[in-house]
Amino acid sequence: MVDYLIGHFNIVTYVVLMMIGFYAMTGKTNLMKKLVGMNIFQWSIILFIVSLAAKRGATIPIIVHETATGPAEHAVAVHVQAMDYVNPLPHVLMLTAIVVGVATTGVALALLLRIHRQYGTLEEGELLERIRTSG
Amino acid sequence: MNIHQSAVPIVIIAAPLLTAFILPLLGLWSRSVVFPATLAALGVSLGGSVLAAHRVLTSGPLEYFMGGWAPPWGIAFRIDHLGALMLLLLGAVTLAVGIYSKRSIVQELPGKEVPFYSVFLLLVGSLMGIVATADMFNLYVFLEIASLASYALVSLGGGAAVVSAFRYVILGTVGAAFYLLAVGYLYSVTGTLNMSDLAERLPALYDSNAVRVGFAFFVIGMSIKMALFPMHAWLPGAYANAPSAVSALIAATTTKVAAYVLVRVMFFVFEPRLAVDLIPVTALLSWMGAVAMVMGSVMAIAQSDLKRMLAYSSVAQIGYIVLGVGLANAMGLTGGLLHLVNHAFMKGCLFLVAGAIVYRTGLREIRQFRNLSRRMPWTAAIFTVAAFSMIGIPPFGGFFSKLYLILGAIDARQWVFVGVILLSSVLALVYFANVVRHLYFPPDEADPTPTTASPEAEPAAMPRGDPPLSMLAPMLTLAVGIVLLGLFNGEIVSRFINPVVAGSVHP
Repeated sequence: MVDYLIGHFNIVTYVVLMMIGFYAMTGKTNLMKKLVGMNIFQWSIILFIVSLAAKRGATIPIIVHETATGPAEHAVAVHVQAMDYVNPLPHVLMLTAIVVGVATTGVALALLLRIHRQYGTLEEGELLERIRTSG
Repeated sequence: MNIHQSAVPIVIIAAPLLTAFILPLLGLWSRSVVFPATLAALGVSLGGSVLAAHRVLTSGPLEYFMGGWAPPWGIAFRIDHLGALMLLLLGAVTLAVGIYSKRSIVQELPGKEVPFYSVFLLLVGSLMGIVATADMFNLYVFLEIASLASYALVSLGGGAAVVSAFRYVILGTVGAAFYLLAVGYLYSVTGTLNMSDLAERLPALYDSNAVRVGFAFFVIGMSIKMALFPMHAWLPGAYANAPSAVSALIAATTTKVAAYVLVRVMFFVFEPRLAVDLIPVTALLSWMGAVAMVMGSVMAIAQSDLKRMLAYSSVAQIGYIVLGVGLANAMGLTGGLLHLVNHAFMKGCLFLVAGAIVYRTGLREIRQFRNLSRRMPWTAAIFTVAAFSMIGIPPFGGFFSKLYLILGAIDARQWVFVGVILLSSVLALVYFANVVRHLYFPPDEADPTPTTASPEAEPAAMPRGDPPLSMLAPMLTLAVGIVLLGLFNGEIVSRFINPVVAGSVHP
């Protein structure tokens, strides 16, 4: 059991983080805290997908050309072992996902700002009360 | 059928997306060109969709490689029969709503035309991107762009709209995050994001837990996105509080596109046997659909606000679509997909009518309508057509999709679902008949809210209260579309739906 958890620590970490985020989204009554929970939820998934790219003993995915020994055209032919390099694709994808996440957070913050201007509160209970009274 | 290369898919997506970014600059120069530019972009998209549909029908699916990079490296776009049908649907409905929005936006959001149309086009472009893309991650990006655009559009409505929009942000992001997680799991075992490559590599891996978990997350994520009961909490507020044109646009498109993604990935990236035999997802979905049909209709009956009633009715209609998908036989899936098309037209049309009533009279409560058909005869007639189609009266479109669904339920020997479809139709009759009654007949004597002016005196004060032609024409077009969808349902099924359904599920 412990070995399994250690062997899959990336999955354990993401599930724990995701549940923290889920708790904040459902259990907290403050809209700002809900948004923080939503962020933790998103980042946990991004963290997990980035962790998929990891390889033991591999290096960053930049191919070093042996330019010292000859012209560059010859160097390109050097055989590249995929095992030696970390998979760059998950990182690139998650870079996009992070940008999307930032945009979502921005929109949500703008909405919260408007909610606060309009109703003067971000507490869910008070908010529903004021929506009801304002019609 | 051979796939051939064509640039049409990218033109359909790029026209609204690029215009969305150029629009703010155009707006700085001259505000009067913003609306024509929007219509031009929507027109190019619709024209491209017609062209794509023609090519798909005559010579098979279209494909385009972004930047000339073939799939394992680049992003591919692919339009097959179902995709062509969806693009036609999106093109037609968004153009109609675009024309309609001119007057209603001037009234509801004065001075905000430029950002409104910019975000409007962003939504349309990304929805078309979702339909056309053949790359799972690209689909996620388009899904999020579409969601962000709809959050912004919903928040433009007055009053509590901004709170509804925030609720939509939280739930919509959870849905998209689940989808992203599913993509991550599938990528981790297959090493590809391209849908056809995935479809090739996945069958050997159906026993893998990663594939099964990924599939489960995908289904849940899409269920949230399409507001399947009980994950519908974001929908009623978002639809009811948004500006009229936005309600119509979002109700007609976003949940339908999510349902399309569910069908496409569940049946064509995965094989039906995974969802039907290996994990009983379709059985679960059909029961959830049945519950959504009943609960959505019951909650719709309880509403006094027309837009809120229509929103709960959408929850019920998503149930029909999901039930059809869940039956997973040829008739059921055909019914589900046909209902998807019908519902986009019907609900778009109904929300446009609700918006037209607000535009002319400011009324939202159903019981205040008191013989509104005298003042707005065309509007009331269009509402009645769409309502009859929703109930399922022949020869309107809604009847035929429900017929296919019932036949599908009979094929599957699921008598409960036959009963549920009929029950839900009766419930739809209850809430739509109530609206039609208030539109066409004077209020009862016992009505608790008397007005100072008698209903008979009002027509003299306002002889013809139908909205201006730029609002009436799109409503009328959608209403005619509903009738045509009914009359030519056989054509749509045999040309667009059958080639996709045949061979994917059991007959």
